[in-house]
Amino acid sequence: MADMREPIESGCPDGFQYMHPTMRRNFGQWKFHDDPQPGVLRHVANNGDEVYTVKAGTQRILDVFTLRTLCDIGDKFADGYIRFTIRSNIEYIVDDAAKVEPLVKALTDAGFVVGGTKNSVTSLSHTQGWLHCDIPGTDASGVVKSMMDELIGEFTAWNMPNRVHITTSCCQINCGGQGDIAINVQHTKPPKIDHNLVSNVCERPSVVARCPVAAIRPAMVNGKPSLEVDEKKCICCGACFPPCPPMQINDAEHSKLAVWIGGNHSNARGKPTFQKLVASGIPNNPPRWPEATAIVKRILKEYKAGAKDWERINEWVERIGWPRFFEVTGLPFTKYHVDNWRGARASLNASTHIRF
Amino acid sequence: MADKHYPTPMLDELENGPWPSFISGIKRLRDDHPDERIRKVTNSLLGQLEHSYETRKGYWKGGTVSVFGYGGGIIPRFSEVGDAFPESREFHTLRVQPTPANYYTTESMRKLADSWEKWGSGLQTFHGQTGNIMFIGTTTENTQHFFDEINEYGWDLGGAGPCVRTAMSCVGAARCEMSCTNEHATHRHLVNNFTDDVHRPALPYKFKFKVSGCPNDCQNSIERSDFAVIGTWRDDMKVDQEEIKGYVAKKGREYLMDNVISRCPTQALTLNDDDTLTVDNHNCVRCMHCLNVMPKALTPGDDRGVTILIGGKRTLKIGDLMGTVVVPFKKLETEEDYESLVEMAEEIIDFWAENGLEHERCGEMIERIGLVNFLEGIDVEVDPHMVNNPRQSSYVRMDGWDEEAEKWFQRQAEA
Repeated sequence: MADMREPIESGCPDGFQYMHPTMRRNFGQWKFHDDPQPGVLRHVANNGDEVYTVKAGTQRILDVFTLRTLCDIGDKFADGYIRFTIRSNIEYIVDDAAKVEPLVKALTDAGFVVGGTKNSVTSLSHTQGWLHCDIPGTDASGVVKSMMDELIGEFTAWNMPNRVHITTSCCQINCGGQGDIAINVQHTKPPKIDHNLVSNVCERPSVVARCPVAAIRPAMVNGKPSLEVDEKKCICCGACFPPCPPMQINDAEHSKLAVWIGGNHSNARGKPTFQKLVASGIPNNPPRWPEATAIVKRILKEYKAGAKDWERINEWVERIGWPRFFEVTGLPFTKYHVDNWRGARASLNASTHIRF
Repeated sequence: MADKHYPTPMLDELENGPWPSFISGIKRLRDDHPDERIRKVTNSLLGQLEHSYETRKGYWKGGTVSVFGYGGGIIPRFSEVGDAFPESREFHTLRVQPTPANYYTTESMRKLADSWEKWGSGLQTFHGQTGNIMFIGTTTENTQHFFDEINEYGWDLGGAGPCVRTAMSCVGAARCEMSCTNEHATHRHLVNNFTDDVHRPALPYKFKFKVSGCPNDCQNSIERSDFAVIGTWRDDMKVDQEEIKGYVAKKGREYLMDNVISRCPTQALTLNDDDTLTVDNHNCVRCMHCLNVMPKALTPGDDRGVTILIGGKRTLKIGDLMGTVVVPFKKLETEEDYESLVEMAEEIIDFWAENGLEHERCGEMIERIGLVNFLEGIDVEVDPHMVNNPRQSSYVRMDGWDEEAEKWFQRQAEA
């Protein structure tokens, strides 16, 4: 083992040391921005200084070779400064217009994809999946790679009415977040319990407490302390699985994908909104997940055709109404789309507002 | 280089197509890395991942791994199929705190890559969903070596488990004209005050800070953090009338009416006959839409500060919650301003640590006890900005009404 060493509890490092000098100099002094071309932003400061940002999609899970390639490009074409966005795009920021084209070319030649700005479909944010998570129902990285292969033209262009954020998550806890379109796991069967292991592995009271619908009870099974699930009550959320892995929720057949739309955290125009269920029962089908991608593409096609400029997906659907959404996308509307918890009445239509 | 490779027919499919492939990257480590340890560990990782693709199941389990002096910051991973894929049997991740808004120099990045190559798998993610740099895949012993090395040159672990987590902030004042606050300073003041709570998980559950410079909230702080700080302003937005005229000339009145004037959620905008714009600032809710459409013509006002929203979170356990406005406006300019922000965060975390149930997020606690009890707990008075509308249900006991009304008039008189 290593020797004991007192850690230096420095916390979050100061970013100014890594910031391009033109940004450092003009901190808080920016006047406006515009968009010279897809993947490129121009910001102009009050004193006339300019910076150009070139944004590119990456594979997110980077190997050191790729990381060094990105650094080489940064050294050669971008003054040695880089940053990453919340959606794992890389950004190079330069203060000279002449540096933009060579940088775009170097990134493209190295296999990265320049785009993701303005009204594009930017890169999907996602979770760890089978590569590294302990509770994943799917491989978010693989879903994203497959989907971005097909949406790449929407990443590199400004085709959409407004920006589109897509997210994926590898379980129902949903670390992947929410977006205009969210592809999430939906477990459809209660957990299968390995009663021989529960008493060794699980703190039973905390597992009981974790269940949002009080469907889990302590029980003695085969003379051993274990847990039982009231399967009629169980909503298959999987919350019991992380603290108690013998309650296996993932299933090759019954862990499905579901698509939710209309999450929008911006305050622009309307207040922020949560995502709503539109499709479920989608097979969790590696290695390319074609069914999920097809549904996402169908929704994007109708959004692109039907929305007005600046409308995000939630605003488009609010304007045309949900019945029309299901009509134009051809997705089935089922009893599972009707919310049924205590506060659900707020989501029901208490008006004669009906479009024919 | 003659290592035996596990076959990966399904993963190979993910090397097709134009988007960069993480599988090709891992294969490169397996095939070309000079260090035999890295070649073997990534080969084993690919074997296990292919097995997951075949069986549609994950095979990692958690455990307890930490560095000396800390209790968290490592995501321990032990393989459940370690007998079949032994070289990645232990495959822990270190969460490392990035700078606010994720700035790096290539030099800093190369240094991290060198260290990770020495002690880890050579795989990393910029960034995980909580905001950390994720160094994916090392053994228990090398976890300590890698941390010691990068800690010496300026990097520290982030949070994992029931603790204050690594914060996130938008690109902000460093590059964005919409920024109404110093995201950088806010982020560091907040999270670095709680360094002990980041490293030693002792709270009911996770607690996240996120900072966005304006109500566009590019960081999604409102839904993804327990303590969201969002920049805003309270005086008049600035209008460059010449730019407005230029915009009308370029895009036409109809476009402007359809895309700006009629989209204003409070109808606070008027396009005058001479192509200038009148703003009813008292009625403007700072939604940002008109500024987004015409960034050259419209700018936030000068009296800038932040709105603070508490209790946002994702799904588990009672469903998604947005943060709720708890401080409608706060100046953040002087050291005293930042100190009072940090004190407020301390009040909230202390109150939640005492009153939250195990595995209960701050927002869930508020839902359980009611916003008013929470506000009393942290010593903040009610404000009409905190609600969409006043109470609808008449089933409530109101025998303290006169006293509460008096408090309101007193506060109004003092303001």
